[in-house]
Amino acid sequence: MAEDELKLLGMWASPFAIRVRMMLEEKGLSYEYIEQDLLNKSELLLKHNPIHKKVPVLIHGNRDICESLVILQYIDEKWSKTGPPILPIDPYDRAIARFWAMYIDDKLLPSFIGFMKATTEEAKAEKIADTRTALELLEGAFKKCSAGKDFFGGDSIGYLDVTLGSQLGWIETAERISGAKLLDEAKVPLLVDWAKRFLTLNCAKKTLPTVEQLEKYARELQVTRWKVATAN
Amino acid sequence: MASEKGVMLLDFWVSPFGQRARIALAEKGVQYEYKEENLTEKSELLLKANPVHKKIPVLIHDGKPVCESLIIVEYINEVWSDKAPLMPSDPYQKAQARFWADFVDKKVYDCGSRLWKLKGEEQQAAKKEMIEILQLLEAQLGDKKYFGGDSFGFVDVAFVPFTSWFYSYETCANFSVEGVAPKIAQWAKRCMERESVAKTLYDPKKVYEFVCFLKKKFGVE
Repeated sequence: MAEDELKLLGMWASPFAIRVRMMLEEKGLSYEYIEQDLLNKSELLLKHNPIHKKVPVLIHGNRDICESLVILQYIDEKWSKTGPPILPIDPYDRAIARFWAMYIDDKLLPSFIGFMKATTEEAKAEKIADTRTALELLEGAFKKCSAGKDFFGGDSIGYLDVTLGSQLGWIETAERISGAKLLDEAKVPLLVDWAKRFLTLNCAKKTLPTVEQLEKYARELQVTRWKVATAN
Repeated sequence: MASEKGVMLLDFWVSPFGQRARIALAEKGVQYEYKEENLTEKSELLLKANPVHKKIPVLIHDGKPVCESLIIVEYINEVWSDKAPLMPSDPYQKAQARFWADFVDKKVYDCGSRLWKLKGEEQQAAKKEMIEILQLLEAQLGDKKYFGGDSFGFVDVAFVPFTSWFYSYETCANFSVEGVAPKIAQWAKRCMERESVAKTLYDPKKVYEFVCFLKKKFGVE
């Protein structure tokens, strides 16, 4: 493979893979996308991510980069002269961005996925509450990070925009399945506006699955893998 | 927590996460105020500095808090960039360093806790996993002086605090780190030759005393 060829091993519904695709789009980088079947992992995936055996994996020439947030930072540093920076320049702002990205992945995502996996009404209610709490904290984070501008990254999208943006389809899916409003303009108005703006961007349109696709997939997972009895 | 100039670290003496920050600060020669937190009675300052997680360590630099140990270490490295670089300059080498530090984060503490919390079959499973983890790390270290190569780096800082827990893991689960991962054992000794590490890590027997205290507290026989 040529030294500078880019390949991405991903999965259409994975927010972790989606965020990398969003950033590659933003940077205008060409790459070969290779869809992975996570229930039947390919030799390619096992070869390029032997430790975790997960997507996404960015293959750059003969180098493998794993873990979505590590990949985003790699793209930022490798193509620092192409387009605006992904992470802020100031060390404190970078620390804040890294903190909230961790929070999004460690607290927000497990909450709404946890809701879809929950089998009791009590557990469902708890996960919905956790999701709402997480979004309210992120509303505050958005206010600080955006400093009045359109995105977490300011005038252009950055690390936090793609980290959270890659999950928007899933959040809406959780809303449909639960019947509960999560991105509620009464509670998190700034995030609701940000989400609307984000979804109009090319990088979002090109990489996010539709909510219909995700809902179908989520309901399938509920039955087959998560063993959740569903009403509809 | 006004815009007071200076560096403060909110921490807990035996926390390997806090020790990462202490080691990084020492490597960089940064003067700071250390504040020991009582984790059963968290201070106003800690709750204000880390309202989201209410955890240590928190680095407060000129009144501004930074939370999460690996984020703190990267921050320290970026701010005090004139001395002892903890990250390589090449983006791919950096990605490798971040990947392995994340690996240590995801695996070592959790598995280690299961070694002293669990018994019987569950403990055996945790032991098998810990041996795998140590061997993967050993393969990554190879014959290098440090994970960072010739220089002490990000992965070294991330992992070295756990070396003072090896004795506890070995005693609770009946195995030897030197036996399963000799290069890691040697690397741990090399790191202890560094002042930043020697002055930060507690004697493994003292850490074991703390583990015994935790076992009693959690009702583990």
